Amino acid sequence: MALNLALGALAISLFAAATAVLLVGKDNVARFTVFGLLAVSAGLSIASGMVGLLTHASVALSLPVGLPWLPMHTRLDALGAFFLLTIGALLIAVSIYSIGYVREYTGRKGFASLGVFMGLFVAGMQGIVLADDAFTFMLFWELMSVSSYFFVTFEHEHEENRKAGYVYLIMAHVSGLLILGGFATLYASAGSFEFSSMRDATLSPFWSSVAFLLAAFGFGMKAGVVPMHVWLPEAHPVAPSNASALMSGIMIKVAIFGFIRVVWDLIGVDGFQWWWGTLILLAGSSSAVTGVLLALQQHDLKRLLAYHSVENIGIILIGLGLGMIFAYYGHPLLAALGLIAGLYHTINHALFKGLLFMGAGAVLHATGTRNMEEMGGLIHRMPMTAVVFLVACVSISALPPFNGFVSEWLTFQAALLAPQLEGSLIPMLIPFSAAMLALAGALAATCFVKVYGIVFLGQPRSPSAADAHEIDGWMKFGMAIPAVLCLLLGILPTLFIPLIDAVPQLLIHASLSSSVHAHGWLWLTPVSEARASYSAPIALFGMLVLGGLIYWLLHPRGQVVRRVHFWSCGNPHVNTRMQYTATSFAQPLRRIFSGIYQPVEHIEIDRSDHKLLTRSIHYEVHAQDMSWRFIYRPLLALSERVSVWVAKQHQRGVHAYLAYMFVTILVLLAFLL
Amino acid sequence: MMIFLVNLAQILLMILAAPMAVGIVKKMKARLQNRQGAGISQPYRDLSKLFGKELLLAENASWIFRAAPYIVFTSTVLAASVVPVIVVDSPFSWTADVIALAGFLAIGTFFTALAGMDVGTAFGGMGASREMTFAALAEPALLMSIFVLSVSAQSTNLSVMIHHILEAGLLLKPSIAFALIAMLMVSIVENGRIPVDNPGTHLEVTMIHEAMLLEYSGRHLALIEWATQIKLVLFATLIFDLFFPWGISGTVAVSALLIALGLWVFKLIVFFVLLVIMETGLAKMRLFEVPQFLSTAFFLALLGMFMHYILEVGAQ
Repeated sequence: MALNLALGALAISLFAAATAVLLVGKDNVARFTVFGLLAVSAGLSIASGMVGLLTHASVALSLPVGLPWLPMHTRLDALGAFFLLTIGALLIAVSIYSIGYVREYTGRKGFASLGVFMGLFVAGMQGIVLADDAFTFMLFWELMSVSSYFFVTFEHEHEENRKAGYVYLIMAHVSGLLILGGFATLYASAGSFEFSSMRDATLSPFWSSVAFLLAAFGFGMKAGVVPMHVWLPEAHPVAPSNASALMSGIMIKVAIFGFIRVVWDLIGVDGFQWWWGTLILLAGSSSAVTGVLLALQQHDLKRLLAYHSVENIGIILIGLGLGMIFAYYGHPLLAALGLIAGLYHTINHALFKGLLFMGAGAVLHATGTRNMEEMGGLIHRMPMTAVVFLVACVSISALPPFNGFVSEWLTFQAALLAPQLEGSLIPMLIPFSAAMLALAGALAATCFVKVYGIVFLGQPRSPSAADAHEIDGWMKFGMAIPAVLCLLLGILPTLFIPLIDAVPQLLIHASLSSSVHAHGWLWLTPVSEARASYSAPIALFGMLVLGGLIYWLLHPRGQVVRRVHFWSCGNPHVNTRMQYTATSFAQPLRRIFSGIYQPVEHIEIDRSDHKLLTRSIHYEVHAQDMSWRFIYRPLLALSERVSVWVAKQHQRGVHAYLAYMFVTILVLLAFLL
Repeated sequence: MMIFLVNLAQILLMILAAPMAVGIVKKMKARLQNRQGAGISQPYRDLSKLFGKELLLAENASWIFRAAPYIVFTSTVLAASVVPVIVVDSPFSWTADVIALAGFLAIGTFFTALAGMDVGTAFGGMGASREMTFAALAEPALLMSIFVLSVSAQSTNLSVMIHHILEAGLLLKPSIAFALIAMLMVSIVENGRIPVDNPGTHLEVTMIHEAMLLEYSGRHLALIEWATQIKLVLFATLIFDLFFPWGISGTVAVSALLIALGLWVFKLIVFFVLLVIMETGLAKMRLFEVPQFLSTAFFLALLGMFMHYILEVGAQ
């Protein structure tokens, strides 16, 4: 049943794409039909995911389509079901939001393409999690990658968008190539493209390491792991916000799915080697800190959020890496804890990052700019957006009682169990990654104080911010869904973890549900009661009762609070330009971490009238993403040199060509003999 | 049942004694600086005066500004409720472990900073930027120094950790020493004491915490000030719990509780004497030396953690 529901969801997504083609020119009808159909598809995804997780069933079905000798194999197991649930949970919100959001695009050329590629993109993601052979997997993978390219270049009038699309396409295909290489390695020993025979095949340690590395780099590139993240902050900001919500919320999670599928499932936990988990842990730690540090220095709201996706992918990988280390050392329960922490953060990040991008879209819609320096005071003009955006900010900053805290708490718990590995130096690395996680979490809180303070609080910094208007009901409703889910996942982890628990049961045959639940639904005790316990419902209840009581005691009834001009230390001559800006807010950190940012500053002081009279000061500062300077620019320069050299070799005379032939024959002979 | 009452009593004790503790610190500081100083109950008088004053709100203050004092006070009290003061097995400590405790304190910082940015004055933004920058460095250092004890006790639950320390005897381990130094350094930053921030002044260009509160008045200001006072006692108690838990009662017997209470007061006074001597003897450091101070704390804690793995896990 679960698989049929899932295939139904996939079919409806494809049908939505087809509808968008049929309704070209009827933009307003298309807006409701296409996104309405996608919402239905999302509902079916959620249903099939829930059924799949509750029944623990692995159902397979071969569809009579595809290559003559290879029908399309599909299968729904707990892992696929969990990711279908994640996809559905965000997609239902984004679809409803999109009905309102795309209204501003109606009537413009290429509106239909948005619906077409949205349908294909969603179908691609749903197909990937259902795929049960490498061919089907790659087919849907490319469908997802290519259709999302059209979101990046949707507003192709701007040159930067075309450039971002180009970078995105190249990175997507290099990653696709690496993944294909990984599957090829597995195919070589399994002799079949079907996942079931890849699972059964045993690889030599060398070839399984090759497959692991190819998968890790391939999926890591798509997930945006440092230093392969550079496409992400280019591509996500320029796509329409509903598409960026899906790309940042779930597309990069599908890469995490691919990684778990290939490494944990196909290669299998028994094939792990000691350095695999360590590599993932290091990649996760460095992504988490680098992502948030770079995010802090952005003043383009959506670009900032894109860098935060890099950070959160890092946090997910810390959980997965810990799980891999524990699995290698034969601690299946702890491995299950690491895996669950990673998966919990996966769905959490999907929800709050989707919500943040939708909120950014609402702000963009209302003010017409992504530049935070032109915003301010939006809480007065967009009260509802301000509330849901605050929920997302608090969640991503890992503050209790919201969901981000629960998954980081679980990750910390997994990291603190490190001493149970004896006789190796890896435990030394684990506290280091815990420290990086703590640093990333605290810096994220700083960054979201900046975002919320600059965008929603203070006074408007530009006329467009002063004239901003609240968004329509569809967008509000779409944003309310993930906001409520963020709170629910934050206070009821004991109900949700047993649901995810089907995944470690499938992959490592270990279950946490008995210990998580040992003290009832109120208490989350991941390993044992003596280790740690956390009760979000009681904490929330305490906060509400105590806060309410104090308010009730202190609030004088029947007295209107007097509003006055702000004090500002007795200086009444304060204008909106004198507020802190996004750039100045991040200045202390720019200075502290100047070794990482290497900020380039440029100051121009105009003293044209008199050397003592300053007419104007122009100040510019750019924080750099070092991976461009140290990896990508040298790589680009190298590839350019190689192609110039090759081009030169083409233009030689006849004697040179004769020499080439001679060398070719020699080489061939050497191999043949 | 009894233990719940004792737990409630120790929470109330911390909340109600906090202003007096700050009064004692101020009085000792004044005496050390050859001043007469106000009486030790002055903070209570200040609070009751503020609670009675009319509230003035800036024209463009939003609901965040009005909600923040309640959130800050509530989250601080929630954090305080987790920390055992006189009895080890406080039932409330099962609600949240040390990570959640750091989380509760972070909620307070987060909303104080947002409130600072709400009105849109330059001072508020300045305070928020600095407070969050330092909080971002202080929180990991705090967590790491607690984690040194957590991995040793194999728990993040405060009651379990105290039991472990009490059973393990005098903990003269190098890792613990590093953790203690880091924890003390973090407490100075988190509570905005000299040499990092000066709680006694407004209108200094180098102010951090006070800059965010400039627009507050009346009961709002009272709640935030009270929360700040609770936070000082909370950090002191946390340090006693983690590093010097001796004397804390394992049972709810009245005599044991009274001894625990007496010892807690004694430890607090010793702690405050050290704090006052340091605050009088040191000058405030430059703003950009604070990150160095904090990263020292962070690396000390990390070093403590490595020490634990190298020297202590193998030796057991």
